[in-house]
Amino acid sequence: MTLTPDPMLEVRDLEMHFPIGGGLLDRLKLDSGGLRLENPIVRAVNGVSFSIGRGEIMALVGESGCGKSTVAKTIARIYKPTVGEIHVDGEDIAGHGFAEMLPVRAKMQMIFQDPYASLNPRQKVRDIVAEPLLEQAKTAADRKAVPDQIEKLLARVGLNAEHAGRYPHQFSGGQRQRIGIARALSVTPGLIVADEPVSALDVSIQAQILNLMKDLRDEFGLAYLFISHDLSVVHHIADRVGVMYLGFMVENAPRDVLFSRPRHPYTRALLSAAPSIKPKRSSEEIVLSGEVPSALDLPEGCCFRTRCPFAWDRCARERPALQDVGDGQTVACHLTDEPERDRP
Amino acid sequence: MTGFFQSEFFHNYKRSSSAIIGSALMAFFAFAVLAGPFLVAQDPYDIAALNLMDSYKPPMWLEGGDPRFPLGTDGQGRDVWASILYGARISVFIGLVAMIASCTLGTLLGLIAGFYGGIADAIIMRIADIQLSFPSILIALFLMSAVGTGIDKVLIALTAVGWVVYARTVRGSTLSEIEKEYVQAAKVAGLSNRKIIRKHVLPNVLTPLIVIATIQVGTFVLIEASLSFLGVGVPITQPSLGLLIKNGFDVLFSGLWWTSVFPGVAIMTLVFGINLFGDFLRDELNPRLK
Amino acid sequence: MTRQIKSKPLLAVQDLHTHFHTFAGTVKAVNGVSFEVGAGEVMGLVGESGGGKSVVGFSILGLIDSPGKIEGGQILLDGQDLVSAGENRLRQVRGREISMVFQDPMTSLNPLHTVGRQMDEVLCLHSDLDAAARKQACIDMLESVGISRAEERLKAYPHQFSGGMRQRVVIAIAMLARPRLIIADEPTTALDVTIQSQILKLMRQQIADKGASMILITHDLAVVSEMADHITVLYCGNVVERGKTRELIETPTHPYTRGLIDSIPDTAERHDRLKQIPGSVPDIRNLPKGCNFKDRCPRAQALCAEREPTLTAQHGSLWAACHFPLKPGELA
Repeated sequence: MTLTPDPMLEVRDLEMHFPIGGGLLDRLKLDSGGLRLENPIVRAVNGVSFSIGRGEIMALVGESGCGKSTVAKTIARIYKPTVGEIHVDGEDIAGHGFAEMLPVRAKMQMIFQDPYASLNPRQKVRDIVAEPLLEQAKTAADRKAVPDQIEKLLARVGLNAEHAGRYPHQFSGGQRQRIGIARALSVTPGLIVADEPVSALDVSIQAQILNLMKDLRDEFGLAYLFISHDLSVVHHIADRVGVMYLGFMVENAPRDVLFSRPRHPYTRALLSAAPSIKPKRSSEEIVLSGEVPSALDLPEGCCFRTRCPFAWDRCARERPALQDVGDGQTVACHLTDEPERDRP
Repeated sequence: MTGFFQSEFFHNYKRSSSAIIGSALMAFFAFAVLAGPFLVAQDPYDIAALNLMDSYKPPMWLEGGDPRFPLGTDGQGRDVWASILYGARISVFIGLVAMIASCTLGTLLGLIAGFYGGIADAIIMRIADIQLSFPSILIALFLMSAVGTGIDKVLIALTAVGWVVYARTVRGSTLSEIEKEYVQAAKVAGLSNRKIIRKHVLPNVLTPLIVIATIQVGTFVLIEASLSFLGVGVPITQPSLGLLIKNGFDVLFSGLWWTSVFPGVAIMTLVFGINLFGDFLRDELNPRLK
Repeated sequence: MTRQIKSKPLLAVQDLHTHFHTFAGTVKAVNGVSFEVGAGEVMGLVGESGGGKSVVGFSILGLIDSPGKIEGGQILLDGQDLVSAGENRLRQVRGREISMVFQDPMTSLNPLHTVGRQMDEVLCLHSDLDAAARKQACIDMLESVGISRAEERLKAYPHQFSGGMRQRVVIAIAMLARPRLIIADEPTTALDVTIQSQILKLMRQQIADKGASMILITHDLAVVSEMADHITVLYCGNVVERGKTRELIETPTHPYTRGLIDSIPDTAERHDRLKQIPGSVPDIRNLPKGCNFKDRCPRAQALCAEREPTLTAQHGSLWAACHFPLKPGELA
């Protein structure tokens, strides 16, 4: 894996496990004559590492349940990681408590997926946007400057001062997403974690928001961790793309490398499944059968082998690690060692 | 305010006869409670104003009735109509205060249980479950016999009975609110848990409580009346509607029905009005029925 | 993909108006929509949210409930009007001649009944097979939508299937009575892309095998361009353009269609910025006079504010409702 010098974000061996099953009584199972306390765990993220340089846009793609959103929310420290390191601007925040996180919040902000649920319906726009700023404000002068800053922020994302006094329900989906962006931008962070920021929007509005996010990157040198399931969006905005499956990173490469020479069978399947308005190039098409296994019960060996058209016995025995294959591309697949098996 | 009169809420209110009847009855009682002492000549609890010669006068439209006492009098010559107006004050006061106390306590406990989960949640909700498995009148009766009678004791008993429904509702809505992205956004903005609860969770879990609170005032009036009727409620010097019924009940079968029937009708109308309006609110505020 | 269309359409929607009378005002969700679906043809109904595309689907099936009402127009199935038809006739049509596949398979499956029972119900209503024959038909149908161990799965409840499998079950149920028309409302929107491609492939094959027609309602131009023979583009309850798929995708003449296509990020070409349609969809309770798109249109002129354009501008197979349509290949 190529290491960016002085990265904005570096994640090492991140794991996030969620215990499920509720209270004691729910977990107590009668099993072959004896009582047993079950402790089911969802392994949402299983050792993910990557880094993002300053001003770089890194996308994580994958299907629902692949852990991409969990990675985003763990990095934003909505969740506390089970294992691993999260370095933001050189500082490991994986174990930080509330007070230690506060200064980090000024460097890292988040944009959410649902433009309806991500804004408190009972707050006015000016209070929504001001929230991160007010937490960072240390002096009365800081606080006094907030209204001016909000006006500038709203103008920057394409809203006007008159909008500041309105409630979220008075806006369309695209405008709400702009409000969410203004909120994230308010503390001038160096990194924005964007969790599916355009997937709830109509295509014409989606283009507006993508353009805005790109402009903001150019203007402020922002780095984005951009979570998406839509490959065409990712191709448009990302500099680097990581592909996730069942909580594992299976491939990580610069955008053009990934889209022109995908190596992992899953990446190849994703690319060929994506619908396009262009007539289908019927060259290489990997069609997957079956569905994603449960994160409660991960397959032994390679996580993808249950759906992989190439899988052989080694894939069941041995979990492939990410290997550098040149051009900044890393792949976790045994085909890298045995390319002669790359025939369905 | 013009906004309110043009709102869908007001529009539907105008078209709902149950809402209009309910709120009219509630308005009548509000007026009676506030202006009661000015409406009647006699203060029924001023011993000096009573005249034993006036005792057990029937309602004015019956033979032997006296126009000074439209609904008749009791054994001590107290005007039943005046007693009802004074008694309604105490009943409504108890209902409202106990509701506010229950709502505050229940909301607080529900927020804690829902937001923090874990042990706090387990303890609070198990207490609530246990409490719900007994009839509330039984719990109130038990508490009253333990702590003694008096308006303050009634309030404590009613609050102890009433918080559960708020706690359960608030816990449920809190659990669904904290999953929403705006709560996560507040976390990312750097807000402390307390601030998140106060600024984000609390305002968004209050709406369903309006309906519960409205109906609960009616329920509390009834429970208080039952307690007083059983003799463990308010003291004889501050008779609520329930105590009036009890006092009249002793002579009910001697043909002196008006001393208990009229307070009974008063309770029924009050609770009926509250429930009618509460039902309208429930239909209006429940997004699922829209 | 273009097949020969028979002269008489299977379904003809003519000047359909479906309005919703709410407290805040009348929502003209569908406001004069016309299109035709030939036998064996796939018609894509495309538009953004608020375009009225789902309401068209519900109107065809007579599933518009108060405060909604079909205020005008005709829906002709084989020349017979469904708008004026009674509830009995509509019940006959639903499931037997036209069936529907929804976005969320959970809403169209009853969680309390087994899949087998729900399939059997359809056959009971719409066929005169005996119990054994019905069961066999259900098993065959499940197998044909790619569900293995079909006999066993008949006894399973909907929640025991995954999202993609559930949508296969819904498609199996929709195909069971051999309807002539299937209305699929965002059938793959809730699904992951690899599952989506499986389901789309399945739907294509089912339709071809059984010779049915389909109205595919979606916001996703890429999906519709892979599936449909013809496309109808809706904006604010009006048809703005319709025509053959390749022509409409490659050389659209309405500025809105052009804008929609240009705002799709495409993996094949790379632009630094996406072309975007400025502004947002107007409030459909309060539509502007003249053309609904004029406030977002780069070509709008004075005429557009005065007169509402009708579907009269023709080029090849394309018909656009625009006073100043684009010439093929021209950018907006």
